[in-house]
Amino acid sequence: MRLSRLSRTVLGIVTVLILLAIYLPLGVVFINSFSTSQSLSWPPPGFTLEWWGKAFQSAGAIDAVLTSVQLAIIATIVSLVLGTLISFALQRFAFFGRDTVSLLVILPIALPGIITGIALNNFFRTILGVPLSIWTVVIAHATFCIVTVFNNVIARLRRLGTNFEEASADLGAGIWTTFRLITFPQLRSALFAGGLLAFALSFDEIIVTTFTAGSGVTTLPIFILNNLFRPNQAPIVSVIAVVLVLVSIVPIYIAQRIAGAERDDR
Amino acid sequence: MSSAAAPTQQRSGVPAPRHGLARRGSAFFSRHPRLRLGFLIAAPLLWLGIVYVVALAALLVTAFWSVDSFTGEITQSWTLDNIITVLTGSLYQVVTLRTVGVALLVTVIDVLIALQIAFFMAKVAGPRMQRILVIAVLMPLWASYLVKAYAWRSVLSQDGILQWLLTPFGGSTPGYGLTATIITLSYLWLPYVILPIYAGLERVPDSLLEASGDLGGRTWMTLRLVTLPLIWPAIIAGSIFSFSLSLGDYLTVNIVGGANQMLGNLVFTNVGAANNLPLAAAIALIPIAIIFGYLALVRRTGALDNL
Repeated sequence: MRLSRLSRTVLGIVTVLILLAIYLPLGVVFINSFSTSQSLSWPPPGFTLEWWGKAFQSAGAIDAVLTSVQLAIIATIVSLVLGTLISFALQRFAFFGRDTVSLLVILPIALPGIITGIALNNFFRTILGVPLSIWTVVIAHATFCIVTVFNNVIARLRRLGTNFEEASADLGAGIWTTFRLITFPQLRSALFAGGLLAFALSFDEIIVTTFTAGSGVTTLPIFILNNLFRPNQAPIVSVIAVVLVLVSIVPIYIAQRIAGAERDDR
Repeated sequence: MSSAAAPTQQRSGVPAPRHGLARRGSAFFSRHPRLRLGFLIAAPLLWLGIVYVVALAALLVTAFWSVDSFTGEITQSWTLDNIITVLTGSLYQVVTLRTVGVALLVTVIDVLIALQIAFFMAKVAGPRMQRILVIAVLMPLWASYLVKAYAWRSVLSQDGILQWLLTPFGGSTPGYGLTATIITLSYLWLPYVILPIYAGLERVPDSLLEASGDLGGRTWMTLRLVTLPLIWPAIIAGSIFSFSLSLGDYLTVNIVGGANQMLGNLVFTNVGAANNLPLAAAIALIPIAIIFGYLALVRRTGALDNL
């Protein structure tokens, strides 16, 4: 199949249109963060830097970002450990019930968040009798983040095969040495990609969080939900969104570089 | 490989390994693969089993209990009342149909859009362009879900940018309602559909497409007979995301859906304002059944390995 010049051009134009549609709402958010209108009306009636100044002084917003970052880091670490363990178990062993286990891993993300949310809420409060806190959110987030790590690591393991590990074992290295010097370096970028997705998933999660967070726990999405419909706060939320998108370029770029470097190595 | 930094000073002969605890553990695990498996799987299985399966099972059981209308406490006696209410109530039937319809439409729209942009990314764009496009598609994921939904509320409002753009052409914004919900949900889940399809297309070797061309296959025929079957699992994988995420959503429909309700809203009001967890659990059975049916249906395509 060779694509004609015409179909390449058409595909290119379609791609540009799709990207425009993807960035239109984000562009509106960006412009609204400088607008004097509090109700986000278009075209913006005037230009102001008021919201940007206020956002960086808003203690509530900064606290919420810090809470979300801590939460996402802990949930990511837990899901990295659990996701890696279960990928090895499912990829390197054949055992009874393997399909069920792999279904179990994807279930928390395949079932709607509100179901996971009310199930965990009921579990923590009425079955375990523990008060909701930030730790209940960590447990909930780690549960549905396992799948992103699992997907990345198991795909990598499938591709790697076991030749290098067997060679290492033949040369006298034990299980731990082989993992440290052979397996782990080859998994690193898959772990990074999976961890990045887990972090993003946890950082932006609102529905499960609503049902598992204690009353004093304000993550960034909860802060945004509380402030979105307040005329004085909505533009500040726009500022936060713009900053997050800009900051996110860094980890995505690093992930791309790592993936690109590995592709060149092969 | 970077891991080549193994000790080099022992050229004259590798010393016998030290017989420490780690060595003994390593030898022990090497001889007992089942124990190795047990060691690997114990922690994740305990976590998922205790936290998730128990919680989910407890919720399902709750669907068969009832709430005492005087005290608001849950009465733990078996009853099918909630299930019957959900199965026969016209409200639940209408909302279920609406929710499934919205989820299906969102999925179809997302797959159609994703196929085109993913094809351009994987097969037309050069390596550098490809990297930029991946970043461009991924970046919106980091803008908060709520902010994006709210951005559409502002775009679609009566004094929003869409009205402003369309008025000169005699058009007008669809306003808030089901159309707005479908647009917003399609927008929100699009990156989740693009990524697996792009990854699937990237795995299709160009040589196969060229071979098809050499054998006389027209572009359209090649796409239909060679490319599509190869990326089918990836398409299904993407559709699981958009379908299940739409099925449980209640915030987007609150923000842009006007007075429309989806299944998520019914669950939400019964947990919160109505304080009727058993009924909420019974309603939750609907999306659970639909998702399980969908997963069972697509399981054979191998899509679950492509998530």
